[in-house]
Amino acid sequence: MLTDSTMERLRVLAESAKYDVSCSSSGTVRRGKQGMVGNTVGGVGICHSFADDGRCISLLKVMLTNYCMYDCAYCVNRRSNDIKRATLSVSELVDITMEFYRRNYIEGLFLSSGVVRNPDYTMERLVAIVRNLRTVQRFNGYIHLKSIPGASQELLNEAGLYADRMSVNIEIPREESLKLLAPEKNHQSVFQPMRLIEQGVMENKEDRRRYRHAPRFVPAGQSTQMIVGATNDSDRDILTMSSMLYGQPTIRRVYYSGYISVNTYDPRLPVLKQPPLVRENRLYQADWLLRFYHFKVEEIVDDLHPDLDLEVDPKLAWALRHPEAFPIDINTADYEWLLRVPGLGTKSAWLITNARRSCRLTSEHLKKMGVVMKKAKYFITCHELSASTLQPLRGINELSPEKLRPLLVSPRQRKLAEQEKQLTMDFGE
Amino acid sequence: MTVYVFDGTMDGLLTAVFDTFDRHEQPESLLTTGDALPLFCDNVHEVATDETKARRVWAGLEKRLSREAVRLIAVGWLSEMNDLNSPLYRYICKVFRQEASAPSIERNYADPDVLEVTNIARKVLHEQLRMKQFIRFQKAKDGTYLAVVSPDHNVLPLITGHFADRFNDQPWLIYDAHRHYGYYYEGKGRPVHITFQDEEAVPFSLADGKLREEVLSSDDRLLQDLWRTYFKAICIRERINPRKQLNDMPRRYWKYMTEKMC
Repeated sequence: MLTDSTMERLRVLAESAKYDVSCSSSGTVRRGKQGMVGNTVGGVGICHSFADDGRCISLLKVMLTNYCMYDCAYCVNRRSNDIKRATLSVSELVDITMEFYRRNYIEGLFLSSGVVRNPDYTMERLVAIVRNLRTVQRFNGYIHLKSIPGASQELLNEAGLYADRMSVNIEIPREESLKLLAPEKNHQSVFQPMRLIEQGVMENKEDRRRYRHAPRFVPAGQSTQMIVGATNDSDRDILTMSSMLYGQPTIRRVYYSGYISVNTYDPRLPVLKQPPLVRENRLYQADWLLRFYHFKVEEIVDDLHPDLDLEVDPKLAWALRHPEAFPIDINTADYEWLLRVPGLGTKSAWLITNARRSCRLTSEHLKKMGVVMKKAKYFITCHELSASTLQPLRGINELSPEKLRPLLVSPRQRKLAEQEKQLTMDFGE
Repeated sequence: MTVYVFDGTMDGLLTAVFDTFDRHEQPESLLTTGDALPLFCDNVHEVATDETKARRVWAGLEKRLSREAVRLIAVGWLSEMNDLNSPLYRYICKVFRQEASAPSIERNYADPDVLEVTNIARKVLHEQLRMKQFIRFQKAKDGTYLAVVSPDHNVLPLITGHFADRFNDQPWLIYDAHRHYGYYYEGKGRPVHITFQDEEAVPFSLADGKLREEVLSSDDRLLQDLWRTYFKAICIRERINPRKQLNDMPRRYWKYMTEKMC
């Protein structure tokens, strides 16, 4: 039975869960079934709302309890914090999920929990909820379940039958930094459950090859998250870790979470007036380059540039470092090379490869297709005399990258980057 | 100059294409009945909508274009935008003029008409996604779930399948307040098209979509409050970003959304 006390506890537990950024409902397509409630749409998933901070609300993101026996410095729910603690009962959580889902508020449930007593005890309670949702309520929507590091393989195996996606957060890319902030954890404790889930998925694939109706195991794969700006790890550490993870068969998404000073009293943590939002944004852009634009991590960050440029996006930064690759001829270049042109995305690259089968393209065509000519014009040639107004004679090679760069950074971008640099200056002392 | 005038229906537009080839001429523009005629037009042809002719043109399109391209045309038509008429008409004419050996025109995005039709269809598809995101149901005493919407484009036909699949055991009604019709699903079978003879008498408000207090189910108020509480709690105050919120969830959808009502 839902009451006013439920409302207060839901508030507390949502506040505790909100620093986990993962929210997507993608990765599985499952049609509705007679006698069951819900379906999953796959593709990009459905975001049902956008909170005042602009982040999407797709799943009911909530913790079962925010009591926790660990004391990780970066976490708002750490044992030594004096915050309001609460627990939702199984029936309350199940009721809220079903009622919200039936009103089209949410796509499903994203459930995590603080660790109480021991990992197995906590995991058991999480599994009890998803089991109830799937078998009693016949819920067929999306379920994202956080797996508790240290829980037994039997529990993970059962959880994987009910959940669409499971995740364990790495939080800190370098192990030394992790040990400093969370003495009770190490990389082993994160990678162990990841490997167990992966193993389950691979075995399940083999089973399904033999028995078509074998139940699916974590069909939407795994995701993870890293905190940005809580330690002095470089973007290179972060992106190398992401690229390594994407090389594994079941990791679908890595999320980056700009560190928000939740525990200001802890001397191991930087005091940030404002989370590093520009840096976080650049990391997501770099992540996109890894996943959709055929970039390798060494091309984005290297020894000379261990951190991403805050003023320009990573693709433009790459282009400015590699003037020899340009200009690119729009009418003949491969799709992979079109993707390397600043101002050209996957959508316009696709339009171009299709359209140029029928005719030679000019900059007028490109503009209509939605290419950002303001940027792209320095990096391309197309079928026309270069004296036209849109296509200046001077491309990146004539202008030199040093002179081109200031032309492509807007004052607003420069200001935001400047602000963020100042706010994070006194870090590390 | 030659001008065609048609009645604004899809069949009318297809008949105009038929007449173009039948009369061996290419009009400079296609107007809708009631539009002001341009100066100096010496040849005005009133297109008499004919279902058989329209069917023949449509069948021809289905033969010459991929299924995806035909669907995009149908989807684009739901935009109800007058700007679509001329590009779509010229696009269809070009399809029939094309030689069989040439690469199909449907993906020639350098052609302004093809690009325009594709872009408008994309807009409609974008809005149908937004309906799937932002529709909010309220539960009535008799167990029916109600949602009122007023989308820019006529997208209800594109989304009923999704909701019938997702909520296959609950009766629901999605009503378009702007176009005065809706779809009702009784918990089984297919959603049916409905209109109300007396719109004044319906137990919900068309202005804000709220069900009247006496027909609202007893726990719905609490659940709405729970949702609003959650919506506020999940926001990180250090990251407030109204620009992004408005970008992803434009204000015109807010009036029927539970979390933005009071």
